[in-house]
Amino acid sequence: MGVINSIEQLEEYRRELAATAKPDLPTVLVCFGTGCQANGSRLVANAFMEIIKEQGLQVDVNIGIKTTGCHGYCENGPLVALRPQDILYLKVKPEDVPEIVEESVKGGRIVERLVYRDKVTDEIVPRYSEIPFYKHQLRIALRHIGTIDPTSIDDYILAGGYAGLAKALRMEPEDIISEVERSGLRGRGGAGFPTGTKWRSCAAVDSDVRYVMCNGDEGDPGAFMDRSIMEGDPHAVIEGMIIGAYAVGSRQGYIYVRDEYPLAIRNLTTAIEAAREKGLLGENILGTGFSFDIKISRGGGAFVCGESSALMRSVEGNVGEPRAKYIRSVERGLYNKPTVLNNVETWANVPEIILKGAEWYASMGTEGSKGTKVFSLVGKVNNTGLVEVPMGISIRELVENIGGGVLGGKKFKAVQTGGPSGGCIPERLADLPIDFDSLTEAGSMMGSGGIIVMDEDTCMVDVAKYFTGFLVEESCGKCTPCRDGLPRIYDLLTEVTEGRGREEHLDMLEELCDLLTWGALCGLGTSAANPVLSTVKYFRDEYEAHIRDKKCPAGVCKALITYSIDPEACTGCRLCAKNCPQNCITGKRKEAHVIDTSKCIKCGVCKDVCAFDAVRIS
Amino acid sequence: MKEMTQIQDVSRFDRIIDRYERSEESLLAILQDFQREFHYVPEEGIRRLSEVMGVPASKIYAMGTFYKALSLTPRGRHTIKVCTGTACHLKGAPQILETLERELRVKRNGTTEDGEFTLECVNCVGACAMAPVTLVDEVYHGKTRPSKVMDIVRKQVEG
Repeated sequence: MGVINSIEQLEEYRRELAATAKPDLPTVLVCFGTGCQANGSRLVANAFMEIIKEQGLQVDVNIGIKTTGCHGYCENGPLVALRPQDILYLKVKPEDVPEIVEESVKGGRIVERLVYRDKVTDEIVPRYSEIPFYKHQLRIALRHIGTIDPTSIDDYILAGGYAGLAKALRMEPEDIISEVERSGLRGRGGAGFPTGTKWRSCAAVDSDVRYVMCNGDEGDPGAFMDRSIMEGDPHAVIEGMIIGAYAVGSRQGYIYVRDEYPLAIRNLTTAIEAAREKGLLGENILGTGFSFDIKISRGGGAFVCGESSALMRSVEGNVGEPRAKYIRSVERGLYNKPTVLNNVETWANVPEIILKGAEWYASMGTEGSKGTKVFSLVGKVNNTGLVEVPMGISIRELVENIGGGVLGGKKFKAVQTGGPSGGCIPERLADLPIDFDSLTEAGSMMGSGGIIVMDEDTCMVDVAKYFTGFLVEESCGKCTPCRDGLPRIYDLLTEVTEGRGREEHLDMLEELCDLLTWGALCGLGTSAANPVLSTVKYFRDEYEAHIRDKKCPAGVCKALITYSIDPEACTGCRLCAKNCPQNCITGKRKEAHVIDTSKCIKCGVCKDVCAFDAVRIS
Repeated sequence: MKEMTQIQDVSRFDRIIDRYERSEESLLAILQDFQREFHYVPEEGIRRLSEVMGVPASKIYAMGTFYKALSLTPRGRHTIKVCTGTACHLKGAPQILETLERELRVKRNGTTEDGEFTLECVNCVGACAMAPVTLVDEVYHGKTRPSKVMDIVRKQVEG
């Protein structure tokens, strides 16, 4: 079908697709997210195609094969899911493919060595939905990811896509705004501003032109849910934006995507073109007289462009510097016109809220934070990846039940949330519910939902220095507190990590942080002190160990550590000596080796290559 | 660093410029395409873009220095990007970066003398589950280790 001319025709088209769809057809779903592609999923998909062809099994008649967006369990990629059996295979290699086809696709049996194995009980869990990582999840924003082909609009429509839009186009714009308000949806990009309120303010401004925008400049290191949604379910974002545009009265939308996400740009472009062809974007959408279109804007690798006013400047074709926001962007945003800017995940939630209603959405989550949130659970944790759960889950539940605990049985020390604008929350507060307000109260913030797990080997002073260094680089340099204050904070942290810290440095740090928080122009600067303040608050003893004892308890800060070889554990295999770039490890074969610490540059290569864990850091 | 070769043929710039609307909105995208095509944003390209679009060259130059994805000096034939996002930092990205700096004899964001490699840091490529990540010419390598990273680079570059 070409252009769909009415809401009725859309429903008819969906029925047609359903009639020709073959739900019982054995289908192989190969993940084509960035992570799995990096692990070679393209080769796996090719192997499936080849073997299916070789055996004369016709694709689509006997076996369906589909490439999907990111399942979020990237660490175990390439992931291959089988339908209708609901089996998930992990770390699949091309050479495993013949066995999967023979045993599972044709024989309905399970290839045990490729399924999830519980790290504690050693039990095998073949069913996708029963794997602990997925079992506790409730997927709304990620509803289609991993099950549909993101490059096929038919797949999206068949899965119920654009039904939210169809419903919205039969509603009054005012009622859509009320629905979103009552759902309690708050912006998923970080600040948690109520989405409905934002829309209402924008719609209330008297103007002939309004814009809706999507912030896909996912800059927080450690967060990749927006990448996954843009790559894996681009139509959900587009559908949300069309609904938003209809509600506030906009004819033009923009999606601003990070330059680092080429696959997201590709899949969004394909999706926009397909939506245009179907008459879901462009003039007279579904014959309702409403017109709206979307342009994609590629970012240029500047973190500050995730800030709303900087993002708009960048879309206009300028240097992306923020402005002082005496007037909010809902009044004067892009090209000084009223603008609604929401984050990718926020937009992806909108169609479901309209379709299922505000009450349904508001029944999940906590008093102040409704619905679900996608977290990217990364760092020193067993199961890393994207997790969508109701707001209000505790940090401990997230790390232990879904994350499967800390990597290598080490001690859980802290989680870092909110990216460079967030803070570190110590293990003793791990029963804290994760929602916008609790995290802010604890001195961190929700941010875009990165949850970075830290263990006993993580130095909190180094973490504070890492984030400060990040922000020094990314500060646009427009306002003085941020441009000049941040480098001074960085210098002080460097003094501490290199063993030249003095007692008064801690007070100086706190004073500078205070000045920065109150004096900076935009969100980047006003929140830049959080990593320092939260670590000083919760891990003061670590700062003191660096300052007073000149020691790094976690063994990270190079100036304060030395490498040595444990003669008991060393087998004299010579591997470290061969790999040492300084040639400063000596010892005879089968005898304990010794590091000449005067020449050692602490590069860590010896520890990396040692198979006997004999290299010690003290 | 080799001498910058002047690009005389403006049609090479025009071919890129013509793909876009004549609007300031297109400037960043055009500059990124210059970067992809020439591995940097040549001065002649800035002048030509300024002429065609009727935008002051100083404004385009400002964009060239502001956005990290753009470079005003030629980059190496191969680009190695070390992800220095948080997850990668915790899992050893600093050691990966130091190893590459030492082995390639180049500092971060610099280009080797023979013009072969540019070493860059990138703030999170969104593949945190595979930390630490190193990209060689846009190919992702997950769970890289200091002792293996040079092998990965050589293997890919030498094919």
